[in-house]
Amino acid sequence: MFKRGWFLPIAAVLGFSFLYAPIVSLVLFSFNENRLVTVWSGFSFKWYGELFRDPQMINAAILSLQIAAIAATIALVLGTLAAVALVRFRRFKGRTLFSGMVSAPLVMPDVITGLSLLLLFVAMESVLGWPQGRGILTIVIAHATFCTAYVAVVVQSRLSDFDRSLEEAAMDLGASPVRTFFDITLPIIAPALVSGWLLGFTLSLDDLVIASFVSGPGSSTLPMVIFSKVRLGVSPDVNALATIIIGIVALGVLTATIIQLRTKPKKARA
Amino acid sequence: MTTSHEPTYPPPRRLRPWNAVEKRLAKVGITGRMLVLAAPVIWLLVFFLIPLFVVFGISLTTKQFGRPPYSPLLTTEEGTVQLTLHLNNYIRLFTDNLYVAAYLSSIRIAAIATIITLLIGYPMAYAIARAPGQWRNVLLMLVILPFFTSLLLRVYALTGFMRGNGVINQFLGLFGIEPLVMMQTDFAVYVGLVYTYLPFMILPLYTNLVKLDDSLLEASADLGARPLRTFLTITLPLSLPGIVAGSMLVFIPAIGEFVIPSLLGGPETLMIGRVLWDEFFAATNWPRAAAVACAMLVVVVVPIMLLQRAQNSVVEK
Repeated sequence: MFKRGWFLPIAAVLGFSFLYAPIVSLVLFSFNENRLVTVWSGFSFKWYGELFRDPQMINAAILSLQIAAIAATIALVLGTLAAVALVRFRRFKGRTLFSGMVSAPLVMPDVITGLSLLLLFVAMESVLGWPQGRGILTIVIAHATFCTAYVAVVVQSRLSDFDRSLEEAAMDLGASPVRTFFDITLPIIAPALVSGWLLGFTLSLDDLVIASFVSGPGSSTLPMVIFSKVRLGVSPDVNALATIIIGIVALGVLTATIIQLRTKPKKARA
Repeated sequence: MTTSHEPTYPPPRRLRPWNAVEKRLAKVGITGRMLVLAAPVIWLLVFFLIPLFVVFGISLTTKQFGRPPYSPLLTTEEGTVQLTLHLNNYIRLFTDNLYVAAYLSSIRIAAIATIITLLIGYPMAYAIARAPGQWRNVLLMLVILPFFTSLLLRVYALTGFMRGNGVINQFLGLFGIEPLVMMQTDFAVYVGLVYTYLPFMILPLYTNLVKLDDSLLEASADLGARPLRTFLTITLPLSLPGIVAGSMLVFIPAIGEFVIPSLLGGPETLMIGRVLWDEFFAATNWPRAAAVACAMLVVVVVPIMLLQRAQNSVVEK
């Protein structure tokens, strides 16, 4: 049997080393004193200090965090509504088109999404006079749009595997559909909402291509600043920044996994 | 609360304040469903579907100086509306070798990268699916973690790995091996694509493989099939939806990839995402960039439909 074979474990070990070796080396070299990123000359926090003294980086980071928080929140509302419609409303006019619109942004190449939104904003500005210029608002709209798709997928899968009799019981006892949603459905799908929001938040924080198209002067996001630095070569303060981000992400994923593992047995008992 | 069991049918009105609102809305033909659908439908129409038509419209204009930097589609002259369409962008797309070559090489690079990712990802997904319960979650988390880490930063990590004086070459140097030139080559682009999109391949494959019924494999073994034969006749065909979903999730974004070829590839690495970017940012030819985008959409439409079908078949099972 494959279970006792040597092939799968070795393939897995090699695969995971391939995934992790570059990240591990990046983290190690962020503590390197030498300016030449790959030549080790001693342990130091020098580049972390440098990073926090760079106003361009700090401003871009704050901007990116704000955009990500707003975009993820808008996407959470829109994506949840879309998921409810797709899972609960079996049939309605234009369902195929709607489900296509919800899932297509997931796979649409970034350059197309970015260009199409920019051209839309420019056309809207010349016809309607809104949005005036491009900046934070246009980036938020663009990010909320593709994050909606991710939230919808996550919430959809949670909605489709929960016990509908709970909702039916609430409605039999006289709760309106709206009240049932807030009292019964929402608490049950809450973990999916949290992970959907977090997914949207990190995706917005990561996006370089779409933001480059729809941003204006003075609204450079963190990935845009990193990209312009990295293009010129390796710089040690980017290593430090990457280490911080990887640390935060690792902590987040770890917490999310633990929450999920803890809530699962409860669900089985209910 | 558990003591009172009197039936309360029909429910008291005060419990259902929403009903009054609902009835009033129903009078003007608005149902609760419409209210749920309204926001996402309007948002996605305005910010996803309509923009695609705008791109198509602007691909039929021509570059001109001013704001916006393209010729108007509709002009009003003495009360009559005139529609002016330019086809020169599409003619250039088919006659200029740069564009044709960029499309072909994008498709080739994306296809080869997808196959390599499948060959590496399949055994990993299978190993995770077969791992004992408590290990499975840990391994899955290890796959998801890079997926959540910025693509840009992971590509950057690769540059540190493959540079002339990078980790690999320093390691080879210990054995007296000459440094390899890896950066700014097609090889680096393949490594970058496989590295970045590996989680996209593993996750759908895992979801598929974890549902595989063990008794089928046992039956096959009992009937005397060797492990390889069991794999080829049972596991592989049953995991086809996972293979299609994973492959499309890698292939589609890889075709339009911009960050990887521009950071890891050389000047001769032609990819269509990069051509579009340069057309827009360097040449500021918006109509041409729009035409490139439309042609790219045509290339990815079939894979997107394949993906949709594979996902539906996974959901049905």
